Amino acid sequence: MANLGPAHYSPYPVAFYDDLLTPPEGKALLLTEIVDEEVAMREIARVMLTSENATIFPGPQVLYAWNDEAKKKATLIKEMAEVLNAKMIPMYDYRPKYPKIDAEVEINPNHPNLTIWHNNIKACIFVGVHCHYANVALKMIRSETDCYTAAICGLSGHEDAMATIRDQHASEMARFIEIAKEVKKELGK
Amino acid sequence: MSLNKKLVDMDYLLNEAPREKHFITGAQAMSEAVKRASVDMAIAYPITPQSEVMHLVGDIYAQGHIKEYYRAEEELGTMSAIAGAARGGVRLFTATSGPGLLRGLEAIVSWPGHRVPCVLGVLTRVINAPLSIQPDNIEMAYLMHSGMVMLHAENQQDTFDFTLAAFAITEKVDVYIPVSVSTEGFFVTHAKGYVEMMSEELAFTEPDPYHAPVPAMDNEVPPARIQRDAPVQKSNFMSYLIHSVWQQEIWDSNRRAMKYVYQYIDGPLEVQNPGSDVMIVASGCAAAQAREAHRYAQEEGISVGFVKVKCIRPWPKDEIREALATAKTVIVPEHNIIGWLCKEVKAAIPNSGIVVEGPRVYGGMTLPVELIMTEIYDALGMDSLVLQA
Repeated sequence: MANLGPAHYSPYPVAFYDDLLTPPEGKALLLTEIVDEEVAMREIARVMLTSENATIFPGPQVLYAWNDEAKKKATLIKEMAEVLNAKMIPMYDYRPKYPKIDAEVEINPNHPNLTIWHNNIKACIFVGVHCHYANVALKMIRSETDCYTAAICGLSGHEDAMATIRDQHASEMARFIEIAKEVKKELGK
Repeated sequence: MSLNKKLVDMDYLLNEAPREKHFITGAQAMSEAVKRASVDMAIAYPITPQSEVMHLVGDIYAQGHIKEYYRAEEELGTMSAIAGAARGGVRLFTATSGPGLLRGLEAIVSWPGHRVPCVLGVLTRVINAPLSIQPDNIEMAYLMHSGMVMLHAENQQDTFDFTLAAFAITEKVDVYIPVSVSTEGFFVTHAKGYVEMMSEELAFTEPDPYHAPVPAMDNEVPPARIQRDAPVQKSNFMSYLIHSVWQQEIWDSNRRAMKYVYQYIDGPLEVQNPGSDVMIVASGCAAAQAREAHRYAQEEGISVGFVKVKCIRPWPKDEIREALATAKTVIVPEHNIIGWLCKEVKAAIPNSGIVVEGPRVYGGMTLPVELIMTEIYDALGMDSLVLQA
């Protein structure tokens, strides 16, 4: 089951078929393994810094200044993109885009594979996307593309991402940026 | 909450708060749980006379334990109104039975996909003609494929505890699908039993609509000005894909609920006398009779095991398989004609030929312990008539 699909990861829902669940508090999930948060942060940074067209997909929770935390996170995500040499493509709402999405300027949870394909994105980070929409998008990307997905989640994480860290508030995101800087230095990027 | 209750988390409420014993009906037990759940809104078309749960919930609304109570036109309206109210991020409760459940089913099966967190009481009742108000839990079979979490209460105490637990499970961000609490109408809802309850001065912490996997429809806050509902499927490959992964996500959410089943109701199964050659597997009211059969057997010096299934969805396949690993005969007594629990048990184990399909009663019949004992004697090659005499 786990080695099917273009990305060599399961196209099936991993919680239901593989019994792989979101990580416990204080931990992270790397593919099928529960690891320390810092281990996952380092791996996410490494993959983003070494993959073609690495892209951050910020969602509505950080695109709109609806509370102070959102403002802080938005500023940090901009810095994160600079540190990771990553592009940013927003998921600013969840409506399906018919007849055709502009895959150069946005990503949508109902057909996220189109944006991945069009921009040849090989690694990405979901951040600030409501969990349900992140989960459906991550499932689709997993089964339809060869893109490495990471989810930085403010709540309980996403087992359908290839790497996920949970309970990520502004302070944790600042820590991730510092770790990404170290990894970048190690890689000479 | 208008009554100045002390708000506490569900772990404390269920596991630590001091309790006192009361002698009440199953319907009262469910409404007493609702009283302690900080429910914002109850909506119902009370299905008299199968269960008085929603009448009692109306009473506690009048006493100030619930903020809003809305009596809908009928069950489809009720269940649709629940879906609408959920978008505002409020805590919801409704209950129904048999024909009412089926009338609302079109809306109910859309709840998981719309990520509607709510608690649905199902006080089971015959659904097929001739019309009857007698208990029969065949209606639960229709919910088993809806995606919702399903708990099945054996007695009045379970009804109280499971209903409270359901409010916590349904709002977990990695679950966020409805939870039904079923129990047999009449046998449990109308009969009194001992129920240990915590003070009604305590109540479950109020919900945080922003701690959710979908945006709450707060039109004053910008992130909510985005569609949260499932897209209408059109005839193109993109729509098929989104519908496919959406269904996957609902069943993943259902599976994630299992860790909370362990947290709040001590796991999906209760196993007595594991490793016995003959095991009885039952849920709901049938579990009470199976428990009696287990006791009878022990008094007669016969080694029989008993498995009570508390959680029907997510289905505890691994736990069932482990509990029945060494069994030579499995007896599954049920209160319905199709044997939905029996089918699930047979599908869960590699040697389904050991499962006895019954005994089953339906149409409102009681389930005499003697029926289960007869199957036990048959399984052990004993002369049941001699022993019962």
